[in-house]
Amino acid sequence: MFYREAGQYKTTYQADMSIFPILQDRMGLALIITAALLLPLFAGEFMIASVMVPFLILALAAIGLNILTGYTGLVSLGTGAFMGVGAYACYKLSTAFPAINILVWIVVSGFVSCSVGVLFGLPSLRIKGFYLAVATLAAQFFLQWCFVRIPWLYNYNPSGAIEVPSRTLFGLHVTGASATPTTRYYIALAIVVGITWIVSNLVHGRVGRSFMAVRDMDIAAQLIGIRLLRTKLLAFAVSSFITGVAGAMMVFLWLGAAEADAFNINQSFILLFMVIIGGLGSLIGSFFGAALIYIMPIIVRTAPESFGLTIGAATVEHLTYLITGALIIFFLIVEPLGLARLWQIGKQKLRVWPFPY
Amino acid sequence: MTTLKTTLLALAATTALTGLAIPAQAEDSVFVPLFTYRTGPFAGSGIFIADGMHDYLTMLNERDGGIGGVKIAVEECETGYDTKKGLECYEAVKPKGPVMVNPWSTGITLPLIPRAPVDKIPVLSMAYGLSASAQGDTFPWIFNPPDTYWDGFSQIIKFIASQEGGLDKLKGKKIGYIYLDAGYGREPLPFLDQLSKELGFEAKLYPVPAAEMQNQSAQWLNVRRDRPDYMIMYGWGAMQPTAIKEAVKTNYPRDKFISIWWPSEDDAKGAGDGSKGFKTLNWHAATADFPVIKDIQKYVVDKGKSQSPKEKIGTVLYNRGVYNSMLIAEAIRTAQEVTGKKVVTGEDVRRGLEDLNLDAARLKAIGMEGFTGPIKLSCSDHNGHRPTFVQQWDGTKYVKISDWIEPLSDKVEPLLQADAKAYAEKNAPWPARTEACDARS
Repeated sequence: MFYREAGQYKTTYQADMSIFPILQDRMGLALIITAALLLPLFAGEFMIASVMVPFLILALAAIGLNILTGYTGLVSLGTGAFMGVGAYACYKLSTAFPAINILVWIVVSGFVSCSVGVLFGLPSLRIKGFYLAVATLAAQFFLQWCFVRIPWLYNYNPSGAIEVPSRTLFGLHVTGASATPTTRYYIALAIVVGITWIVSNLVHGRVGRSFMAVRDMDIAAQLIGIRLLRTKLLAFAVSSFITGVAGAMMVFLWLGAAEADAFNINQSFILLFMVIIGGLGSLIGSFFGAALIYIMPIIVRTAPESFGLTIGAATVEHLTYLITGALIIFFLIVEPLGLARLWQIGKQKLRVWPFPY
Repeated sequence: MTTLKTTLLALAATTALTGLAIPAQAEDSVFVPLFTYRTGPFAGSGIFIADGMHDYLTMLNERDGGIGGVKIAVEECETGYDTKKGLECYEAVKPKGPVMVNPWSTGITLPLIPRAPVDKIPVLSMAYGLSASAQGDTFPWIFNPPDTYWDGFSQIIKFIASQEGGLDKLKGKKIGYIYLDAGYGREPLPFLDQLSKELGFEAKLYPVPAAEMQNQSAQWLNVRRDRPDYMIMYGWGAMQPTAIKEAVKTNYPRDKFISIWWPSEDDAKGAGDGSKGFKTLNWHAATADFPVIKDIQKYVVDKGKSQSPKEKIGTVLYNRGVYNSMLIAEAIRTAQEVTGKKVVTGEDVRRGLEDLNLDAARLKAIGMEGFTGPIKLSCSDHNGHRPTFVQQWDGTKYVKISDWIEPLSDKVEPLLQADAKAYAEKNAPWPARTEACDARS
């Protein structure tokens, strides 16, 4: 009723295979992108710098993890460290070759993270499930150890942190303190939309299907001619490429300086939560997950103030934990398959309304 | 349609969120945000600091009606000692025109260093943060009085030397250094290396990874094997009580165990009676017997406006919070004097910090006579490099046991200069100082 698709005929194979076969979906997507583009006109600096930029970056990292965990079924606890590899690679590259544009280095650092990811993905052929999670945990600890213990990685700074130098694109400051939140937001938006588009094509194609075949039953996948090692390593490569880019963006477009601790095990867990709550094996789920885990606490935190209530800062923090935790449990009970599934059900219901099916 | 509806909903939510724009700052007040951590793994130290900072500023509001007749609008923002949350706090308070920020975390200070000149908000990182930011010519917006970690290290070495009978007597001694294996703890390493070569002592390093703060048996096993003559500690949070407990367990002589200025009473208490003799650096009193603390008790605590438990008032970290807030207040007052304005801005307070001159008379006037030593900052010196003293744990409280110890400035200064220069080079193009110097004194 709300969602009538009568009269939309698919006359070509291409139309039948398209990712958004329904006109309303395409319109919705166009609307979301337009809204995202126009947002800086209406939103304040806090909204852009502290809500939208981190949200986009975390959503991208969640997409990266989703490729591995959601699509290929390989649980990883090393996401934070792979983000770190991207960040440190980008820092090294941009300080060693300052003349080359920073955006190039953000993308290239993804490849560095990619190769590290492949290396740590090698054991995935032999071990599965919880055991693989533990193996990636080793990657997390080892890489974090490297970030602390190899001074070359942070250019021997006495502070032990990586600091983002000021870099420009077409005369506009893109990174560093002079970069306006709006610039950083548009850069992040462009990268996130671009990568999401590529990934969406990837997971809907042959490669994505082989990922899912491996996830659903790897022996069967092998029997139908999917080479396991290659597929799993490819999943690790794509996943850590994306998380690496997200990590570089996190330091260069969001934080501005980072210690090794920014890429600790908590970061890995939070991303895993985002993927699980958002929906395993769903791109839109990654965005939902990032929104729920990152933006919701901010809303909870700022809500009492906007109603004119004054609550102590620490109390607000405790309340935030309580409410966020309760909501996570609520969503997991209502829909264990994640917010993406909830979204799908909602769409279906509206489509057939007022009939139940 | 659904997509459209949700999009509209999302948009509505977005505007609602933006609509949470913060009420404009009242005309007759200066806004001082306090970044605190009453939650998270470091809350054990953070709560006392937060209470001390909050209570002193509240006391000024209650007793004097603010500073120079202008109320101080105090607002806490909870960081949980987390860099991401700290930056969120920074973005949240920025539109309200804060006159300065106190990050209370080295991790949060570092990203703020390049932002301060752009946003025109001075950063006061009191005895933490980037040591090189003491160089006001390179970092006009960052202040880290009264000492850098290198100053503190040189003071500990000098104290050890005074126990041994002179710096030349350190030759052939073994000095162990147990530190948090993060930027903060590793910062003194090059300095330690240089000192050990110059003075001829042997340095033994015991790094403690942040994830293993509460499990230091491996490090202390090595301590037992190496038997250093003295142990120096740079720790924070749970690392400190654990280290003291381990020292007791391995029977390392506690009076040879000297820490930088962060351990609290609770850290020492954790190890019971065995921790008697443990020493730390400090630059202010650790009791409540001062007019300023009495006023806090009278105007804030007795009126129920403090969150602090009564018995914690006057403890080391509470008083450190008070000291920090005193610097804030005095900087604002100085800014008012310099500019003649009542409602000052961040740019004015930056000048106020550079012109800060707390002599003995001034300390007496604010009820801090004997609480701490005088301090004077300048355009080039944003630190002061003040002397500190050593205090010893007697089982119930810290007792001052040494005179004021000056830092080895001739050794620290070149390091600071080199480091500030390196920072500016690595972060090229680093803006050159354009802020004029008042040179009031």
